[in-house]
Amino acid sequence: MSAIAVSGLRKSYGGREVLHAVSFTVETGEVFALLGPNGAGKTTTVEILEGYRARDDGDVQVLGEDPGRAGSSYRARIGIVLQSSAVYPLLSVQEIVALFAGYYPSPRRPDEVIELVGLGLQRDARVRTLSGGQLRRLDLALALVGDPELVFLDEPTTGFDPAARRQAWETIRDLRSLGKSILLTTHYMEEAQRLADRVAILRAGEIVGTGSPRELLSGHASVEIRYRRNGSEVVLATEEPTRVLHELTAQALADGVELEGLEVHRRTLEDVYLDLTREEAE
Amino acid sequence: MRLFLHELRAQQRLFWRNREAAFFSFVFPILLLALVGSVYGDEPIEGVSAATFILIGLLGYGVAANAFAGLAITLVVRREAGLLKRVRGTPLEPGMYLAAVIASTVTVIALQVVAQLLLGVYLLDADWPERPASLAFAVLLGAAAFAALGIAVTTLVRTAEGSSAVVNAIYLPMAFISGVFFSREDMPAFLEALSDVLPLTYLLALIRAAFVPGEAFEASSVAAVVLWGLLGLVVAVRMFRWEPREGMTGA
Repeated sequence: MSAIAVSGLRKSYGGREVLHAVSFTVETGEVFALLGPNGAGKTTTVEILEGYRARDDGDVQVLGEDPGRAGSSYRARIGIVLQSSAVYPLLSVQEIVALFAGYYPSPRRPDEVIELVGLGLQRDARVRTLSGGQLRRLDLALALVGDPELVFLDEPTTGFDPAARRQAWETIRDLRSLGKSILLTTHYMEEAQRLADRVAILRAGEIVGTGSPRELLSGHASVEIRYRRNGSEVVLATEEPTRVLHELTAQALADGVELEGLEVHRRTLEDVYLDLTREEAE
Repeated sequence: MRLFLHELRAQQRLFWRNREAAFFSFVFPILLLALVGSVYGDEPIEGVSAATFILIGLLGYGVAANAFAGLAITLVVRREAGLLKRVRGTPLEPGMYLAAVIASTVTVIALQVVAQLLLGVYLLDADWPERPASLAFAVLLGAAAFAALGIAVTTLVRTAEGSSAVVNAIYLPMAFISGVFFSREDMPAFLEALSDVLPLTYLLALIRAAFVPGEAFEASSVAAVVLWGLLGLVVAVRMFRWEPREGMTGA
């Protein structure tokens, strides 16, 4: 059974449709990344799945339930990291995690979860004294303390320094190895490429690409060669970089010219993402 | 029940740790009783001693300060911070959460009533209530009605910053006009007419009835408090929001 199955999902705000028949599935045990520019509909989609918003049309099944109708027993099976939300600033890390643990039928031990997200040293610190990155880790702790089957992570590492981001990635990989399903939204393509089994790219309320990062990269020329000639940039996209580069440099040597700013670049998910979402502007 | 107590304990901890709010909701009405009570003369007011009059007034004021003002401000601040939205994403039932928050407020009110009675009776020479059980009933009924109105008023406030301004603009004038500090008999006619519709006026009448020998609750006073509470409840149930304002249109 799929962890999440969405088909033909539509949503309008004040007469303006922001999701146009969005469909995708997330398999159990999979890390799935939902990508797209601001305003593409990522958070709206996630909040419909979490049960915060009603949908206008379409079928949505999460863990076999309809989140639009599901109640407390559904929320006991999911963990949510919202894009921005506060916690009680006057409680300590230990107190707030223990408070939330009490909401769930079979929670994990608060101390264990605090260690897991790397807040062991801040255990007795009041929430209001935590840094932005530490607050985000506390968000993750609160999403995990109920031992959910499915975790929603809406931009979980925004504002993290590189070291904290790597640590968060490790935590997410650990979750995956425990068999949890994870739906993540992010602006960082490197994050999606490293973590996600599959991604969907959302543009203006429509899915414009879906598949594993590898699948999305195939079908596009995999290497770009760039250089400047007479001050203007030349970009060659190719599946055969060895041959193209050889011909290019042989010609340049023969002509006795230097290829200014020569670069060979393997295309990443970010390049595919920019291609797919750029069309919007045209 | 275990979960309710779990949440209630957390709400109590949160209340007492928030020094500023605890001062205004809990300490201030007691302090006000000490200050105002010591400057009133010996002239009886509305048939009771001045000290008893001000004790009655500030018991009612304390109920409104906590159940209406304190509760409303707390909920708006939590809503705008996204805290209520987060709670809504857990298996904790929303009704259970609100019940625990209200129970925490009632706990504070109960402690405040005891403190005011001790201060009023032993330091200011006010009368001990003739029927303590009636006083308890009046305070609980008032707390329930003002809590419903407090939750209702959160729907009028858009920002955390604006919450105390809006709430204070409602309940402080209400306290004066309802006769917390001065007898309604000394007020200009239009203020007295206005006070005739305010819920605190009737709560004060109920509290007063618990103090004065031979008086009983007037059905009209009970009805007025209950009606205001029901009005608040209807608005609260239909309009209360768990999400911050920006959550409305966020993509």
